[in-house]
Amino acid sequence: MRTEIRVNGVDHAVDVDTRTSLLDFLREHLDLKGSKKGCDHGQCGACTVLVNGVRINACLSLAVMHDGDHVTTIEGLASGEALHPLQQAFLTEDAFQCGYCTPGQICSAVGLMAEIAAGQPSEATADLNAKVVLTDAEIRERMSGNLCRCSAYPQILAAVRRAAGAAA
Amino acid sequence: MSTVRDWAAPNPITENRSGLIGKPVDRYEGRLKVTGTAPYAFEVETPSTPLYGHIVSATIPRGRIAAIDVSQAASAAGVVLAWSHLDVPVQAQRGAKLNPRSQRGSNPALGSDRVEHYGQSVAFILADTPENARAAESRIRITYEASDADLDFGSFIDSAGPAPGEEDARIGDFEAGYSASEVTVDATWFSPLQNHAQMEPCATTAWWEGDKVVVHTSIQMVKGGQHALAETLGIPSDRVHLLTRYIGGGFGGKGQSYDDLTLAALAARESGRPVRVAYTRRQMFQATIHRPAVQMRVRLGADKTGRLNAMALEAVTHCARNAPFVEHAANFARNLYAAPHRLTGHRLVRLDIPHAGAMRAPGEAPGMLSLECAMDELADRLGMDPIALRIRNEPEVDPDNAKPFSVRQLVRCMQEGAQQFGWDRRNPTPGAVRDGRWYVGMGMATAIRGNFLLPAKAGLRLTGDGLATLTQGMTDIGTGTYTILAQITGETLGLPLDQVRVELGDSNMPPAPGSGGQFGAATAGSAAFETGMVMRRRLAELAAGDPRSPLYGEDPMLMDFANGNIVLGNRSESLAALASRAGPDGVYVEGSISPAADARDWSQHTYGAQFAEVGVDSVTGEVRLRRMFGVFAAGRILNAKLAKSQITGGMIWGVGAALTESNAVDPRYGSFLHQDLGGYLAPVHADIVNLDAVLLDEADDKANPMGIKGVGELGICGSGAAIANAVYNACGVRLRDYPLTPDKVLAALEAKGL
Repeated sequence: MRTEIRVNGVDHAVDVDTRTSLLDFLREHLDLKGSKKGCDHGQCGACTVLVNGVRINACLSLAVMHDGDHVTTIEGLASGEALHPLQQAFLTEDAFQCGYCTPGQICSAVGLMAEIAAGQPSEATADLNAKVVLTDAEIRERMSGNLCRCSAYPQILAAVRRAAGAAA
Repeated sequence: MSTVRDWAAPNPITENRSGLIGKPVDRYEGRLKVTGTAPYAFEVETPSTPLYGHIVSATIPRGRIAAIDVSQAASAAGVVLAWSHLDVPVQAQRGAKLNPRSQRGSNPALGSDRVEHYGQSVAFILADTPENARAAESRIRITYEASDADLDFGSFIDSAGPAPGEEDARIGDFEAGYSASEVTVDATWFSPLQNHAQMEPCATTAWWEGDKVVVHTSIQMVKGGQHALAETLGIPSDRVHLLTRYIGGGFGGKGQSYDDLTLAALAARESGRPVRVAYTRRQMFQATIHRPAVQMRVRLGADKTGRLNAMALEAVTHCARNAPFVEHAANFARNLYAAPHRLTGHRLVRLDIPHAGAMRAPGEAPGMLSLECAMDELADRLGMDPIALRIRNEPEVDPDNAKPFSVRQLVRCMQEGAQQFGWDRRNPTPGAVRDGRWYVGMGMATAIRGNFLLPAKAGLRLTGDGLATLTQGMTDIGTGTYTILAQITGETLGLPLDQVRVELGDSNMPPAPGSGGQFGAATAGSAAFETGMVMRRRLAELAAGDPRSPLYGEDPMLMDFANGNIVLGNRSESLAALASRAGPDGVYVEGSISPAADARDWSQHTYGAQFAEVGVDSVTGEVRLRRMFGVFAAGRILNAKLAKSQITGGMIWGVGAALTESNAVDPRYGSFLHQDLGGYLAPVHADIVNLDAVLLDEADDKANPMGIKGVGELGICGSGAAIANAVYNACGVRLRDYPLTPDKVLAALEAKGL
């Protein structure tokens, strides 16, 4: 099925199998293998990408559903040699070990920052009438869709805080 | 053969003049990982457009395939081939070895009509796209002839047999010592079946170059995988080029190869095309190894001052009928506490379920969940502080074999941990501290895990551009191997890190045993260090013998290495200049490490103390971690940042073992109840609050020339027990059936009238 999709700023107009997930489209058709296939059914978060700025599990949506969408993957975050502040913070804080969940964690954290900026509350938001702020509890709650079996959670928390501090 | 005395002399690592050893440098391959450009096995570039394989799994636990028809699948859209055991290409018989020195025997896929566990591979489909390969599965018709299967561990515990080739370890007379003790504990713990749940499923990309096969696969042991595939295909191992550069988690579960490797190689040969095969998440649970369930009975007998007189840990565990494996849950207890009368041993049940195997800290991980809680119960019964009880039973020499300890800082770990954690604020009376609806409590446990050194080699090339490149058939499964080998090489040669390259995970490189058993850093690192020392000697001799060198004619033994130069007094020459004169390929050397002849004369372990504070919800029975802290001693630390990541990661595994992780066999099908990450509950980010660890200064000069030890498994040891003990301190409930889920906690609270 004919699908037009912009990925990391590049327009693609392709015929794609209606069964192809967005994840497999990115990995096998566009050769963007940074988005990982950890479970292929929306439970691990390793495939997290940003669609029109919102984080989703790429394995849980079909490529053909994204006609006209703008997708950002881990490969689209750095500007040339300069890492995205979250990428740099993950490196500095050693917020990963095997690295397989890392692209998803970083894309998820980019989405998280946007949610906070937009004032979207979460389960961890103490006061729905107040401005949503990036507390540790918010980070833990909002990053819980991204499993890290190496269990770098303390460092992931530190990395998101570091990047948020740099952005503030 | 060297002795540990040879290792005692100062060397560039122990002197650490440029300070690279211990430095918390960023992960060597980190930039590739944070940009998503590190190619894992399924993702490597292929010489031509690849095909995709899909494995079909058995749906009975035991029996045979009475009939199977793959022809409809073979003719489906996009399908290149479909195989069952009837048409898969010939492979060597299971266990066969063409080369008697192979580390692994043949491991055929689709080898016969026999089904030995649910999830076993029974068919394979190769297609042009992943979608076509998976869709064709529905066109395969299989008729099974099921046999009776033994699936329920619990119903066979009482009839468990001895572990093959093992006898109980008895010292003194346990029964007499126990019955003569003034205070006793006799209780039984249960640790359930657990899964590795690595984030990256097993995967292989394969293609053939003439009569050689190139396989990129996700495996912890390079040689084991290479030999297994060579034996399965019936070809010499030098015709298998195995690469494994980035591995998305192993934890013991990728210590061996699986059918993805075999079928990718066979299908690539048959189709003449590159082939990618990955396990599904479901297959990861059902068709790779798991940690078996363990029942552990602990008996402790002490006098009224807390001195242990008798201790026993008897474990019953299980494995697959035709794949013997023992979860040695009792072994650690042999070396931990003094007691004159001792009994430890294992019994084994054979089941018709997937293979049991090694998972992070095999033995200690479940084992410490029993003894370390039994010690807490004994302390409670004696009215003693749990740390004081452990110190009272601190042995002078290894209680199992009377060997001296190489270094043992267990007491210091407990004392420093107690101070930093604020153990003195613990109220010893269970249930005494409330925070709203939460019971709050603290618990502690010790950690012990063996240290090992295996034979390994490495290669090192210095080129005219001044770069040193270390090559080793070693793996980095997220443990930090790339990084620490760069640090060791840089410090040994006096080179800054940006002039050091590390290349791993290639069967053509000098062999190392791989990642497992917490032996990786000590083994691969020591080989890298020795290779660096070989390079130093070679370079010094080159300089001394070369009239163009400012060091010509000088004594090579007096030359030193610093800042990228070889130095003697006020004369020096850059390593780059020396290497470029040696020829276009620079200078290449190899070196190796072997265990010292007298290494076993000392008892050698890593140690730690774990502290946890939990809240127990009085309404729901939910246990929440409030904070956790550990102090560990594991030899010289090569990279403070990466070592801590390893340790805290292990501690979090212990949180999972204590509170959430469990799998069970469905008695109807022999399948696992949980076959995905929504059912099998590994800790998520929100479960982990305020968790930290420190590593004590230590150098173990009996371990290896660098005095380092492993940290990969130590963190999980005792971690879960500290949490269980904190649950008791919080609410007075002793639960011995892991994990401590809300249903069990709530029932126990209700039984206590709380």
